[in-house]
Amino acid sequence: MAEQILDLEKVKHVAKLARLAIPEPQLPRFTEQLESILEYVEQLKQADVAGVEPMAHAVRLTNVLREDVVQPALTTEQVLANAPDTDGPFFKVPKVIGDDDSAG
Amino acid sequence: MSDTLLQSRDAIASKKISSVELTKQTLARIEKLNPSLNAYNEVWAERALQVAKEVDEGKRSGVLAGVPIAIKDNLCTSTGKTTCSSKMLANFKAPYDATAVRLLEAAGAVIVGKTNLDEFAMGSSTENSAFGPSKNPWDTDRVPGGSSGGSASALAASLCAASIGSDTGGSIRQPASLCGLVGLKPTYGRVSRYGLVAFASSLDQIGPFTWNVPDAALLMNVISGHDPKDSTSAPIDVPDYLAGLERPVEGLRIGVVKEYQALAGLDPQVKAAVDQAIETYKKLGAKIVEVSLPNSAYGIAAYYVIAPCEASSNLARYDGVHYGHRTQEPVGDIVELFSKSRAEGFGDEVKRRIMIGTYALSSGYYDAYYVHAQKIRALIKQDFDNAFKDCDVVLTPTSPLAAFKIGEKSSDPLSMYLCDVFTVTCNIAAIPGISLPCGFTNDAKPLPIGLQLLGPAFGEERLLRVARTYEKATDWHARRPTL
Repeated sequence: MAEQILDLEKVKHVAKLARLAIPEPQLPRFTEQLESILEYVEQLKQADVAGVEPMAHAVRLTNVLREDVVQPALTTEQVLANAPDTDGPFFKVPKVIGDDDSAG
Repeated sequence: MSDTLLQSRDAIASKKISSVELTKQTLARIEKLNPSLNAYNEVWAERALQVAKEVDEGKRSGVLAGVPIAIKDNLCTSTGKTTCSSKMLANFKAPYDATAVRLLEAAGAVIVGKTNLDEFAMGSSTENSAFGPSKNPWDTDRVPGGSSGGSASALAASLCAASIGSDTGGSIRQPASLCGLVGLKPTYGRVSRYGLVAFASSLDQIGPFTWNVPDAALLMNVISGHDPKDSTSAPIDVPDYLAGLERPVEGLRIGVVKEYQALAGLDPQVKAAVDQAIETYKKLGAKIVEVSLPNSAYGIAAYYVIAPCEASSNLARYDGVHYGHRTQEPVGDIVELFSKSRAEGFGDEVKRRIMIGTYALSSGYYDAYYVHAQKIRALIKQDFDNAFKDCDVVLTPTSPLAAFKIGEKSSDPLSMYLCDVFTVTCNIAAIPGISLPCGFTNDAKPLPIGLQLLGPAFGEERLLRVARTYEKATDWHARRPTL
């Protein structure tokens, strides 16, 4: 058995970074599954990559520029049509800034 | 047999059947069989009949005039919903059509509905769909493959004349193989990805499912080409893929991969069928050459770093604010809103891949995983460049296994990943690949087996001709499941 890569605390941290509120009882199962995937991935280390340039894409892509002219875009109504909550032309979210008065 | 795309189109053009009549027949068959197959997430009955009527009245025309076509539910359509078979997008209505969808409709196609997939195209069986798995029409206890399993199931059950899928690591070719169909993953950049919900942007491509190679060539004529809305689509002319299709490739050299000869996990029946196909090519005058893809052994491991990294970034957009699922639980702040909405909206496989990608891209691990995998990508590409110096196409099995039973692999994510062993390198190297039927297993309900042909970038024309040469010499593609 190879050295363990992940543990419960690391998975908890990764879930936090990924903005996934994984319920506590599910963490051991995810840890086990992610561990087995990462153990499989470990074999990449055997490859001889000395002097190899990393390739972000197998097709040589370059930036594509266009004239900076106004083009048709979605209307505000279209943009908001799928939003879970809106207020006029805005997306509505719960209060995100703490209220100083209630702090004490 | 008169159920292929070209046959259907020609029957409509010659007024043997009206488009409305054919559409009605298709919708009736969907109504009868879809409850058990679960191939479609959504059926556009009313709109399909309206479009068909417009074809019959001469108001719509084109090379696909009047034929029923199904679309994978991760391509945006301004009609109906675009769900990606995820709870996250269960009610999402796209404000525009994907370019491929627009091109199909402009060619006169009658889109009959949106097909099921593994959630966000992550999987090889459709068991990761939030709406339940699709079934394989050859044996409904088995998976149709994935992720484009709904598109494969719909066509194999004749619930459309052709269908469209997307392929990130084998998601068109593997289900085509498991359902006895032709499935093509075009060169990266051949088909516009505009409106394809992003999974792994450096690997995703849209492509066709058809009963035979000429049908695939016809669909490629329609959906290929540069699109100003996708800057990664190639500004390279599109040949007429049908024009030279019947002409065999002169002095054809077929590459057989040395490293795949003794591969563990390859089903003996699959191996036998593919070996037989090689014999068929020999009889047809092809020269068989051994090629080496030494780094292909790292294909799956590299893929399961690169694809999750890109997915973790692409799926960061689902935040419960702009569109998609929002938690109804009380939340204290915005981060809790994001985190709860995402945990409720995504299924387990999507969560696993987001976490693998997040981990691999996180501080201190980025070089060891992501950059390292990008170096392997360079080596895999180089292997293919070398192989194509000695051969015109590379021939492999498409899937190491025929269709497996529903539930057989769903509890072990890694065993599911290994289904992609022959298909992922094609996406990593950005080259085109096609799967075509080459036999059946000896099960009580015989299951289709597929062979895969890989060609150099933008070599679809030759790839299709080589596939057609085999298809003309065999009749596997003419078989249909009994339903």
